[in-house]
Amino acid sequence: MDGNDQKAIEFRNVSFRVADGKTLLSAINLEIYRGETLVLLGRSGCGKTTTLKLINRLLDPTEGEVQVEGRATTEWEPIRLRRRIGYVIQEIGLFPHFTVQENVSLVPCLEGWEEEKVRVRSHQLLEMVGLEPGRFAARYPPELSGGQRQRVGVARALAADPPIMLLDEPFGALDPITRRELQQEFCSLQRRLKKTLVFVTHDVQEAFLLASRIGLLKDGKMVLLGQPDELLKSDDPEARAFALCLRDPRASETAP
Amino acid sequence: MNLGEFFLEHRAEVLELTLEHLLLVGLSTGIAVLIGVPVGIALTRKPWLSRPVLGFANIMQTVPSLALFGFLIPLNIYLFHIRVLGGIGARTAIAALVLYALLPIIRNTFTGINSVDPAIREAGKGMGMTDRQLLFQVEIPLSVGVILAGIRVATVISVGTATIAAAIDAGGLGRYIFRGLRMNDNTLILAGAVPAALMALAADLLLGWVERAFSSRIFGRLKRRSIAWASVVAVLGLAVGIGIAVYPGKASHRVAIGSKDFTEQIILGEMLAQAIEAKTDLAVERRFDLGGNLAHQALVAGEIDAYVEYTGTALTAILHHRPLTDPKEVYRQVKQDYEANFGLEWTQPLGFENTFAILVRGEDALRLNLRAISDIAPYAPKWRAGFGQDFMSRPDGYEGFARTYRLKFSELREMDLSLTYRALVERQVDLIAGNSTDGLIARYQLVQLRDNRRYFPPYDAVPVARRETLRKYPEVREALRTLGGLITVDEMRQLNFEVDGEHRPIREVVRDFLAKKGISGPR
Repeated sequence: MDGNDQKAIEFRNVSFRVADGKTLLSAINLEIYRGETLVLLGRSGCGKTTTLKLINRLLDPTEGEVQVEGRATTEWEPIRLRRRIGYVIQEIGLFPHFTVQENVSLVPCLEGWEEEKVRVRSHQLLEMVGLEPGRFAARYPPELSGGQRQRVGVARALAADPPIMLLDEPFGALDPITRRELQQEFCSLQRRLKKTLVFVTHDVQEAFLLASRIGLLKDGKMVLLGQPDELLKSDDPEARAFALCLRDPRASETAP
Repeated sequence: MNLGEFFLEHRAEVLELTLEHLLLVGLSTGIAVLIGVPVGIALTRKPWLSRPVLGFANIMQTVPSLALFGFLIPLNIYLFHIRVLGGIGARTAIAALVLYALLPIIRNTFTGINSVDPAIREAGKGMGMTDRQLLFQVEIPLSVGVILAGIRVATVISVGTATIAAAIDAGGLGRYIFRGLRMNDNTLILAGAVPAALMALAADLLLGWVERAFSSRIFGRLKRRSIAWASVVAVLGLAVGIGIAVYPGKASHRVAIGSKDFTEQIILGEMLAQAIEAKTDLAVERRFDLGGNLAHQALVAGEIDAYVEYTGTALTAILHHRPLTDPKEVYRQVKQDYEANFGLEWTQPLGFENTFAILVRGEDALRLNLRAISDIAPYAPKWRAGFGQDFMSRPDGYEGFARTYRLKFSELREMDLSLTYRALVERQVDLIAGNSTDGLIARYQLVQLRDNRRYFPPYDAVPVARRETLRKYPEVREALRTLGGLITVDEMRQLNFEVDGEHRPIREVVRDFLAKKGISGPR
């Protein structure tokens, strides 16, 4: 096996333009290794979410190619590709007419697992994200708090044990206390599960808490890619702006 | 007779018409759902189609029902040897009702699915749901409340619109309403209107309940599989229903007799039918009550084999010739042109003429000494006139009439013919154009003014039949011949009065008349 074996995802000179010609991403080169947590950091509208959607083929690149597990996404059958990739978004997008258990069981059901296996798995997942199955399995999303809903969202993404997870500001809409709780639980979860994670955020503290590496995006370009402390040392103005947020004394306790 | 008594006495018929009505509404709404929901879904996938498709459905809703019937009847569309479109009867009524019901169903399906939270759709797609899975497991269940609301609107509209179906012999509660209008009988009108209103109300409540049940969480608790089964059963039931409604069920030795939609016509249709039953072994199918020019269209299309037409009407309204005054010449011309253009044959005249009768109240005629139409010239500018839609539009109708007699009324009210008598009696109008054989003329003591300038062409009543039918069953020609010259104007007026004034059943009136004339009843 060559070095490719270590790469879960690779961006090769990827650009993405929308129909009216506006460039959202230009010439992105990026390698994401198995088991690492890559945080895509940047302001709103810098292209983070677009980058994410190129991985599970919700979008196709205009130029270059994105490889997942050594194959270009355009060669993957999109449905197969997406079922190997967990996906968590800020709005969560739970199905309001499904119970918590049905929401969590969605992908295993689509994959045709046996009923009993699905049930066991969904209960195991609910426990993993800190929701007691006896209390929550039969409830409906509108009856849950925001934090509980996002725990279900994470459990749903993990259900079929995908090697890769994409997370698009999953904790962005939560109150600060709940957000902190979930971030920390997610950290310990990741230490056990060792998934390949691509995590989008504009919250620099969250980035430092979770990232093995950070990719900093500005106006569709990757201005910095490296370990979190490289961001602190960088001379790039955007990196300095984010680093400054981190040094805010009122938030200093989260500094590494 | 009050409404309660009427329902008691005619409960079997009321039930039958209500069931017919229910069948019309149920089948048409069902078909509209089968077409409208998939179309609405397709529009969410191809949004650029939404403007033309919704535009089409919108236009369909604005087309008047009689116009739509006129367009649908000549169609001849077959699917697996079963005629699915065209002709008179339930088939065409259902097609029209489907077209009317499409808009709310398509629109609500389209907007319902489009209003599903985009985050939910993105999550589903991102987790690897196929478009079909997303549609059936997420988008449809989440918009089912909105879709059902559209179906509810369509159903309630259909219950009302289906009353028009009686104009093309499709049955339903409209029969009572039309009959009541014609006979000036409020009880009969209510006997059709009240059950229809109750049905609309019931449909609204029931579907409203279903809608709420589906919108709330009950849906989540239902097993999706059982919903799928329920849909399959519903669709199968609908298909069987359609099959029964559409299946021709026509025995080979059978003739169909039609009529237009007023009392005299139904009496004459019944007379043709009974004469044929008396003189031949053929089974007779009665397809009466066809509105507007539908009887003619049905005859040309082969939906019916004969009905009674009036020479002047055929000359002007159907052949679009200029009005003539000589009765023999008119008969000769329509006979010749019908042969050549339609393959239809004018048999022997029945013996009476039903011309337009310009009518005023008896007291006015007496007070103002009115005898001929030209006598009213001085009063017309102060009078209101009430005319049927037919009179207003036909070439031998209002326009030439007003020109010939140099009349100008203070107001023209265009309304259903059967309503004009009532309007005249109730002093809503001062002059109407009725039919000279109408039984109501005597009943309301109206006076018919003489056509002293001979404006109206002759309107001799003559059975018109398909040449093909006469060739195949010469005995039908024989049967029609026995009716030649049988009825005088006075006798026709008397027959009309017995039905309209005395509310006797038409079958009985005709049977007695034929017995009196020596033509025996069904063997």
